[in-house]
Amino acid sequence: MLAQLRPAIVLTLILTAVTGLLYPLAITGVGQTLFSAQANSSQVMRGDVVVGSSLIGQNFTKDIYFWPRPSATSPDAYNAGSSSGSNLGPTSQVLVDRVKASVDALKAGGATGLLPADAVTTSASGLDPDISSDYAKLQIERVAKARALPAETISALVAANTRHPVLGIFGETGVNVLALNMALDDVKK
Amino acid sequence: MTLVGWLQISLTLIAVLLAVKPLGLYMNRVFAGERTFLSPVFKPVEWAFYKAAGIDEKREQNWIGYTFGVLLFSIAGFVSLYVILRFQDVLPLNPQGFPAVAPDLAFNTAVSFITNTNWQSYGGETTMSHFSQMAGLTVHNFLSGATGMAVAVALSRAFVRSHMTTLGNFWVDMTRATLYVLLPLAVVVALIFVAMGMPQTLDASVTATTLEGVKQVIATGPVASQEAIKQLGTNGGGFFNVNAAHPFENPNAFSNYLGVFAMLVVSSAMVYTFGQMTGNRRQGWALLSAMGLLLVVGIGAVYWAETSGNPILTHLGLDPLQGNMEGKELRFGQSGSALYTAVTTGLSNGGVNTMHASLTPLGGLVPMFLIQLGEVLPGGVGSGLYGMVVFAILAVFVAGLMVGRTPELLGKKIESREMKYAMLAVLVLPLAILGFSALAAILPVGLAGLLNKGPHGLSEILYAYSSAAGNNGSAFAGLTANSPWYNTTLGIAMLLGRFAYIVPVLAIAGSLVAKQKVPASSGTFPTDTPLFVGLLVGIIIILGGLQYFPALALGPIVEHFLMLAGQTF
Repeated sequence: MLAQLRPAIVLTLILTAVTGLLYPLAITGVGQTLFSAQANSSQVMRGDVVVGSSLIGQNFTKDIYFWPRPSATSPDAYNAGSSSGSNLGPTSQVLVDRVKASVDALKAGGATGLLPADAVTTSASGLDPDISSDYAKLQIERVAKARALPAETISALVAANTRHPVLGIFGETGVNVLALNMALDDVKK
Repeated sequence: MTLVGWLQISLTLIAVLLAVKPLGLYMNRVFAGERTFLSPVFKPVEWAFYKAAGIDEKREQNWIGYTFGVLLFSIAGFVSLYVILRFQDVLPLNPQGFPAVAPDLAFNTAVSFITNTNWQSYGGETTMSHFSQMAGLTVHNFLSGATGMAVAVALSRAFVRSHMTTLGNFWVDMTRATLYVLLPLAVVVALIFVAMGMPQTLDASVTATTLEGVKQVIATGPVASQEAIKQLGTNGGGFFNVNAAHPFENPNAFSNYLGVFAMLVVSSAMVYTFGQMTGNRRQGWALLSAMGLLLVVGIGAVYWAETSGNPILTHLGLDPLQGNMEGKELRFGQSGSALYTAVTTGLSNGGVNTMHASLTPLGGLVPMFLIQLGEVLPGGVGSGLYGMVVFAILAVFVAGLMVGRTPELLGKKIESREMKYAMLAVLVLPLAILGFSALAAILPVGLAGLLNKGPHGLSEILYAYSSAAGNNGSAFAGLTANSPWYNTTLGIAMLLGRFAYIVPVLAIAGSLVAKQKVPASSGTFPTDTPLFVGLLVGIIIILGGLQYFPALALGPIVEHFLMLAGQTF
């Protein structure tokens, strides 16, 4: 048994160096060279200012912007330093109360009919960058009014920023909220 | 459920099936020490390692020597990881300035990663420095996987050899699994992941000013390199708190397909390697069919339950079209979420792209049950194969009882000694799962960790110990597991689930390798036929699953009916 102590210790050290330092650092080097934008967190720039990451949702609360899904991160919604889902189970009263409050708020804002589920449920990460096209459509009127723009203009922007499944099969239909809102701001200028 | 959703699921699984044979054949060559296309690069490296570690490549070990190798290597890994976590505040690459990890959490995490469980009692981006993530966690994503593969290879050799005592050399098998299989695959997958959008940087965060003028600090780091081996080694320990639900750990539908593919491919190919090594490829396919059958049923059940949605929420005025969206990401959809959820628990991966705690009761029952079946669908790299061989041993024994003949598997007689060890291995899981769950459900320290009330609270506890003992690592994360009680007991459950399984498995190998391989006769019960696959599936469900039904009835099953009745807690 003692004879096996040496391989246990030596291999742990060597393989730590190979798989724990050499491997991740090599991937970092190659990744930074070949896929610099992605390796550096897919930052979105406006001029010289980093306004976010195209992969990470951010909180929009003003009427002139499309709103994202509710987020369960703390202490604030869309805290990208501490991802979290609500972890509430399907029979949780806390969940039901929270969803009801969201439903009431949307209805108070003029929403009618059945509401898209993503509009009132928190995502797994609390950082979901997307909303469904149904939820985007639900917000067109509010955004148009707040921006004093025709609803058709906003509608066309939503359509242009809707991502469809590749070949009609791979992936899901969705709208990246940050991209859509940046396109909105560009219209204003 | 939609046709397009099923198409995405099927195509991902078909891609795995297509890769099983080439990768299986390749691994057979690797473990036999034969020349492969990577030998010119890695052979000199391998030799240098053996020289430094004082290993004689040609010298094989009996089952006791092999077991000591496994145990000593795991202990060395535990010590090194524990020390790194406890001293991360003074070690380099800590741009966030995180303090040392607390002793109970460091114990839990170190056990978690050396046992290939990768349960996360911590939130990655708020606890672990880059050094801990890379030189600590990533390393054991490789090594715990390679250890499992080595044990599976040793067991496979026991079916090939007759009148021998040796099973191979653990150090050689483990080194080869790391160098020739996991490392090259990880390099390829990691680079594809970066191209798909995963960050790979030594920076700690990106600070953005949002369109509304608020400061947003976005945690980032060397994500892709860890994500690749997290999937390939069926580890599941992610970079971030929410694991592969985080947009950086799983940026789009394609990274989701590749993630599922990478999780499945090595475990599935190991089964082919088993068939190839033992000279009966049909046996490999038979085992794989049993695994695949149960897995596809699991995927379908989650997909159905989640698209059916939560009637309590639908009554509030939600469109039932999207199904249950609480705890899900839009970019994967219901099919991508169901696929990931069933695969990650059928395997002992344990990464999640969906919050399992927020699944519907039946949708949450499936991943829990898949874990409780013993993590053999197709299970962890290596561990899934040896788990399945244990079930196959039980199946031939039951068949032998029915027809009144001595049971045989691949020409080896299964006698009382093998049966005792097999039962020992199989009984460890329910003991750890149900025993600890029962304690946690009555002790105040156990109940203190619960987020959800009612039957969902029991499900949180039951899921946690199933996940730990099954070496899975996923969670009903409402449970606050970062407490001394849970960190310690879950740690013990992980150790039992790993080593109280591996030791009997190697003992079976030691017993079988000494036996004469008897040629098949007309009286042999064939173990590579659909009949056997059916029997095996039955044994897995009855022996692996039935004992959990009383507990499941009090958790997810009763919650399902209460949900239908509109009852909340």
